Order: sequence, then C-alpha cells, then structure tokens
Amino acid sequence: MAKSIPSARPNIPSARPNQLFRNLNSKIASIPMIFVALVIFLGGSVWTVVYSFTNSRLLPRLSFVGLDQYERLWASSRWIISIQNLAIYGVLSLIFSMVIGFVLAALMDQKIRFENVFRTIFLYPFALSFIVTGLVWQWLLNPEYGVQHIVRGFGWEGFVFNPLYDADLVIYGILIAGLWQGTGLVMCLMLAGLRGIDEDIWKAARVDGIPMWRTYLFIVIPMMRPVFITTLVIIGSGIVKLYDLVVAQTSGGPGNASEVPAKYVYDYMFQAQNLGQGFAASTMMLLTVAIIIVPWAYLEFGGRKRV
Amino acid sequence: MSNVSSPNTAVAGAAPIKTSLSDGPRGRRPKRMLSRRNIMLYGILGVAALYYLLPLYVMVVTSLKGMPEIRLGNIFAPPMEITFEPWVKAWAEACTGLNCDGLSRGFWNSVRILIPSVVVSIAVASVSGYALANWRFKGSELFFSILIIGAFIPYQVMIYPIVIVLRNMGIYGTLTGLIVVHTIFGMPILTLLFRNYFASLPEELFKAARIDGAGFWQIYSRIMLPMALPIFVVAMILQVTGIWNDFLFGVVFTRPDTYPMTVQLNNIVNSVQGVKEYNVNMAATLLTGAVPLIVYFVSGRLFVRGIAAGAVKG
Repeated sequence: MAKSIPSARPNIPSARPNQLFRNLNSKIASIPMIFVALVIFLGGSVWTVVYSFTNSRLLPRLSFVGLDQYERLWASSRWIISIQNLAIYGVLSLIFSMVIGFVLAALMDQKIRFENVFRTIFLYPFALSFIVTGLVWQWLLNPEYGVQHIVRGFGWEGFVFNPLYDADLVIYGILIAGLWQGTGLVMCLMLAGLRGIDEDIWKAARVDGIPMWRTYLFIVIPMMRPVFITTLVIIGSGIVKLYDLVVAQTSGGPGNASEVPAKYVYDYMFQAQNLGQGFAASTMMLLTVAIIIVPWAYLEFGGRKRV
Repeated sequence: MSNVSSPNTAVAGAAPIKTSLSDGPRGRRPKRMLSRRNIMLYGILGVAALYYLLPLYVMVVTSLKGMPEIRLGNIFAPPMEITFEPWVKAWAEACTGLNCDGLSRGFWNSVRILIPSVVVSIAVASVSGYALANWRFKGSELFFSILIIGAFIPYQVMIYPIVIVLRNMGIYGTLTGLIVVHTIFGMPILTLLFRNYFASLPEELFKAARIDGAGFWQIYSRIMLPMALPIFVVAMILQVTGIWNDFLFGVVFTRPDTYPMTVQLNNIVNSVQGVKEYNVNMAATLLTGAVPLIVYFVSGRLFVRGIAAGAVKG
C-alpha cells in the first residue's frame, strides 16, 4: 500500500520544489475525483441542506424561513405515509432478505450439485432493473389475471390476494417484488462469508457433537458478523433509495398509499415546482442514511485503529 | 456440510478398532442420492428456484400469447398458439405520448447513452484508482474517503445541485450531461475497484518502472493498463448493467425524445390511455431486460465478482 513516492524527484537538485507541483501528474489525474468528492458530493449535500431552510419554489432563492419547510413536511399526510411505508418496507426487507439470503446460502454451502445453476437462478433478478421487476410483479399480482385469478380458478372463489389495489397491503406487494430482486445478492454475499469460515470449525463442532443448526446459530453466524454488517449497510442504503420500483409497480397508488420519500422528493422538485419542500425531504433522507452509516463507519474504521 | 465433510483420512486412522461393533459403523456412509437429507435439500432449493424463475417464465409466456387468449386464461399456461406480434408491436409500434415508433427509439437512446458513459466513467475512474494506489499525495486518502461516503448519500440529495451545474454549463438535458452524471455516480465504486486492484499488484513492478524512468502516464498505459484487463471487464459489466437499468437519472437529465429505454418502458406500460395490451407490455419488459440478462448469463462468475465489489451501488 505504501507505494507513494511523493519525493521521487531526485534529479532536480535545485531549491526545494514547490509542494503544490510535487507529484503533479497524479494531482492532475485526480482532479475529476476531487471535483466529484468535494463539489458534487460534499458541496451538493451542503447546498441542499442550506436551501432546505429557504422558501424556494420554482427556482432556488436564498430567503430563509427557518424550519418552515420541515414543519410543513411533517404536517403533510403524504410525507407521513411515505415514512411509514419506508419503515415497514425497510424493516421487513432487512429481516426477510437476511433470513432468506442466509438460508439459501447455507443450503448452497452443503456441497450440492448444480451449484452454479442454482446460483445463476437466484441471482438473475438482480441483473434486472427495478422498472422491469416492478412491471413483472404488477402483472403477476394483477387481480383479474394474476395469482388471485388462478387460485380462484381452482375453486376457491372467495380467495382474495390483491395487494396492489388495497391501500393497506400495497407496500407488502412492493416488498414481494423487492425481495425477489434483491435476495440473490444477499445470498451471494452470505455464501462468500460462509466459504470464508475455516473448515476446521465445522470439524471441531462435529467432534463435540453439536447439531448442525446450533453450529450455525451459535458459532458460524457470530463469526460472520462483518459480513452481516456489510450486508446490512448495503441493503440499508439501498432501501432509502427505493424509488423506481414503486414508480413502476404502483406509481404511488392506490391514492397515495404506496408513496415513498424518494418519490416525494422527486415530485416536489420536478413536478410540483416546490423546491423547498423537496430539499427539506431530501435532507431528511440524508439524515436517515447518516443514522445508518455513521455508527457503521465508526465501528468499521474507528474500531480498527484502536485494535 | 457436516454430514459429508469428514474425509476418509479419519477412517484410515481408525481402521484397527473397526472390529469392535459396539461403536457402530465408522467412516463415511455410502453415498445415497435419495437420502432424506438430500430430498429436503434439493426440494427446498428446487422450490426456491421455481419461485425465482416464475416471473421470467410468465413474462415469456404472456408475451407470446394473443390478447383474447390472455383474457380467457391462466397466466401460467403455455400459449396455445404462439404469436410474435406483441414483440413486433412493442419494438416498433407501441406509443408513448404522441410518438408511436415503439421501444426501438428508447433502445437506441439507451445505446447512445450507454457506450460513451461506460467508456468515460471507466477511463476516469481507472486513472483515479491508479493515482490513489501508486501516486498518493497529501489529502488523496481524504478525498477518497469523501468519495466513498458519498456513495451512500441518496441521489435525491445531490440531484438538484447537479441540475444547476449542468444548466450553467449549458448541457442540461443533453446526452453529454447524462454522461457526466453517470461518470459522477459511477466514480465511487469504480475508483474503489481500481484502487484495490492496482494496490494488489506487486510493488516491485511499479518500482522497476520508476527506476527505468517511466512517468505517471507511461506506467499507467504500458504496465498497469495491460495487467488490469480482468478488472476492466468487471467494471464494464458493472457499468453496463447499472447504466442500462438506470431510471432516475434518465427521467431527470434527459428530454422526452432522448429518454432511455427504462423510462420509455415505464411510460408505455403505465400509460393511462387506451386498452391495456398485456402481451405487448410483457414483450416490451423482456426487451428492456434482455441486455442486462444477456450480460449476466454470458459473464457468469465475473458478474458475481463485480457485484461483490460493487454491491455498494445497490
């Protein structure tokens, strides 16, 4: 890692070279990276946060109104619904994708035949876009032709499975599609984690006569803590961005029952011409991510230094 | 795993005691394909695989049926008579707004977006990763950390400032603008990918080139680039699927006549006017999903490697 040879200009014996021009090519080559990091990521985020305290409407204007936008935001029923939906979707999709992903990975780790075939099948939805995912599941869950229709066809006339048109259930319909798309990735990450576990651990557990499920639960899973944390962060930051899937599958409907924060932001910024609201909402999203990321970054990087 | 993993070495060591029957049989049991465990194992995996395959199957089947058959029947039933008309219609005739030239327009838009975006983003990121791995300077790690943290910031937070920047540069709504956006958001993960790869190459290589008098760009183009071919492929897979599947940037940063395929697909399927033609919709969906699916099936293990590195992007 320590390959830096910053002072590698031995053939210039003149006075001390200017600090700025040392390693100049590398600095020139890094200009895009520095620009993206400082101007877009850092600058853009700060800009949005600052403007969330203004009453910008069609165009951003610097006339501060304090926390007005936030008060309006939290008074809006649409925003409350968005937050609730994201919370339900987030918690359930974390739990289910972790559990399903881990179970599938554990099954795949049993030295099975056709492992490649199974992995290919479990992972292919991840290659598809959320738009495609949303549209397929919109079709599968179509009450007139889809699953509900089929089950009724078997003679169970009263069967109701109509999540996309039921305001109370719609978020679970989206969850089904989201899980279909994303569990393959979790499975792959978990499988990589399982393969990283020393074979001797398994032998030791067998010698001690510990049943397999207990070995998984009390030995392997605790050992896989870093994998779980990484997966958690990856899924978590993906959940906050949830947007395309909802747009494709339900367009936020029925009514506004399946709205999510990312869609709220987009709609207020680019359709309702109410930039201030959009900025306030996106600042809340930023805050949510910070709550997920900061503790993780602290554990991951802050902890390592002490060890 | 625990049932089969004990290798025969244990048997060989225990061979002399084997005669004492009270211990029961030792060593590995002869393998039976149809043990209860195997039936359970493959049963669960098989059911799961069916669940994952079902939507793809339904898409294909629906897209090959005529509308009357769809209205009558069962979405899981194979088509009674196969028709390719929905495919033709989806490709060449489906309407979005006033345009009725089908998804082909979106497809070519996406291709026009994809190729330069992939090339530019990988070129920029590979050079950054190389600089970070081999030519660190004061502050380079700090910028890199900001970049990586930035990967977790929701796009919605940064979109509007980017709109303003692009508007001031006069490229908002153009192809160039979208390429810039894809390059920006591909930056964190790709830079990480290249940085880690270049850092894993033997240091002596770099030092030898330095001693021979090669400079920054020379080492990059003559030594690093040829050695980094596999990682370039991984980066390409990552970017091709990522950019093709993008929806948000397409909506925000292009105009209706340059919409990428995903956006156009969504407009076709979710348009409110007209009779819903589910077979055309499914054909259109399959057409849009075809590119990443082909990349996925062809690239196989490399794709897995790409997402393992690039999962941050999800």
